[in-house]
Amino acid sequence: MEVKTCLVVDDSSVARKIARRILEEIGFNVIEAEDGEQALEACKASLPEAILLDWNMPVMDGYDFLGNLRGMPGGDQPKVVFCTTENDIDHISRALHAGANEYIMKPFDKDIVSAKFQEVGLIAEAMSAASA
Amino acid sequence: MNQPDYEFLRKLLRDKSGLDLSSDKQYLIESRLHPLARKAGLPGLGELVQKLKDGNGGLTSQVVEAMTTNETFFFRDKVPFDHFREAIVPELLKARASRKSMRIWCAAGSTGQEPYSLAMCLKEMGAALSGWRVEIIATDLSQEVLEKSKAGLYSQFEVQRGLPIQLLVKYFKQVGELWQINADLRAMVQHRQLNLLHDFSQLGTFDVIFCRNVLIYFDQDTKINIFGRLAKLMEPDGFLVLGAAETVVGLTDVFKPLAERRGLYRPSGTVAAKAPALGMLQKMATMAAR
Repeated sequence: MEVKTCLVVDDSSVARKIARRILEEIGFNVIEAEDGEQALEACKASLPEAILLDWNMPVMDGYDFLGNLRGMPGGDQPKVVFCTTENDIDHISRALHAGANEYIMKPFDKDIVSAKFQEVGLIAEAMSAASA
Repeated sequence: MNQPDYEFLRKLLRDKSGLDLSSDKQYLIESRLHPLARKAGLPGLGELVQKLKDGNGGLTSQVVEAMTTNETFFFRDKVPFDHFREAIVPELLKARASRKSMRIWCAAGSTGQEPYSLAMCLKEMGAALSGWRVEIIATDLSQEVLEKSKAGLYSQFEVQRGLPIQLLVKYFKQVGELWQINADLRAMVQHRQLNLLHDFSQLGTFDVIFCRNVLIYFDQDTKINIFGRLAKLMEPDGFLVLGAAETVVGLTDVFKPLAERRGLYRPSGTVAAKAPALGMLQKMATMAAR
């Protein structure tokens, strides 16, 4: 089975580290970006299968990045899972409207990431059950 | 925890709830009962056991509740809900087309994630069920757990495990730090306290019974007896859904598995022939009622 790549976009190095550890445990190759602009550059170089996306970041935030990504050729392909402290219904609705596939409210753990990735078809059920 | 205390708690739980702990579940007892001991102002489990021996009825039921409350989440295991959407409801829509009603029992409804997941499935089916009367009865041993289910309030953690974000947005409201399932879904579920060891024939007849991850705690005779009584209050063409680690195979032939759908069973029409050990069960029920 081919290893899928997940781009982790977060301005906090701690958050990126936690996400990397969880994603590697569930079998992903992980690349990182510190803001939306860096993330767009990474996507232009090569589109990942999954993107774990923070909302509030300097230079370009996650919401603007998502709009840019979905407008790119092939930009509808990656599954985008927001992962942010913004936990109100308005933010969630805006994110879904802009083309997010799932939404994680921080703090998060491996169970939540597995459940959400399973929800959008990035990992099989058996895998997340085994990791539970 | 010392061995005599462990044996005392094992026997107490078996008598009061049918919970059948194997001899190596000390860690489970410790993790569940330490917080309870602390809440009661007791230094440890030894003191808790002493209080129970002195005959503290309130504390006894708290111990039973703490030990029988299971972790649950929305759409747990997924597969049973696929069965519900793809097989159970479509078939009942045909079979009950004239009376347009269906009754569903969640026999270990716990904190509500299972009954509300079923309610959301039904809502998502929309027009196909318009004009139908659907009852979901959620029962549980624990009153505390049922109160939580009735309130329909869940933490941010709880709503992120198994619940797709679209359904959260559609069917929940934010209440402070918590999320509450909408009133119209809460109204679809009725709650009753119930011990599966006791007679439950007063609940009426059901088209669907979800009885997941509760029978695993019972010994064989009790399981067989419960299957027999479940079969008696199920429509002859109804559906029984068991947990992933559970089966009727080798225990009873009152239900038969559906080969193509894991965890799904239907009555086999041999109900009258089987329901042994009821006398013993009634004795246990009487004890538990004291």
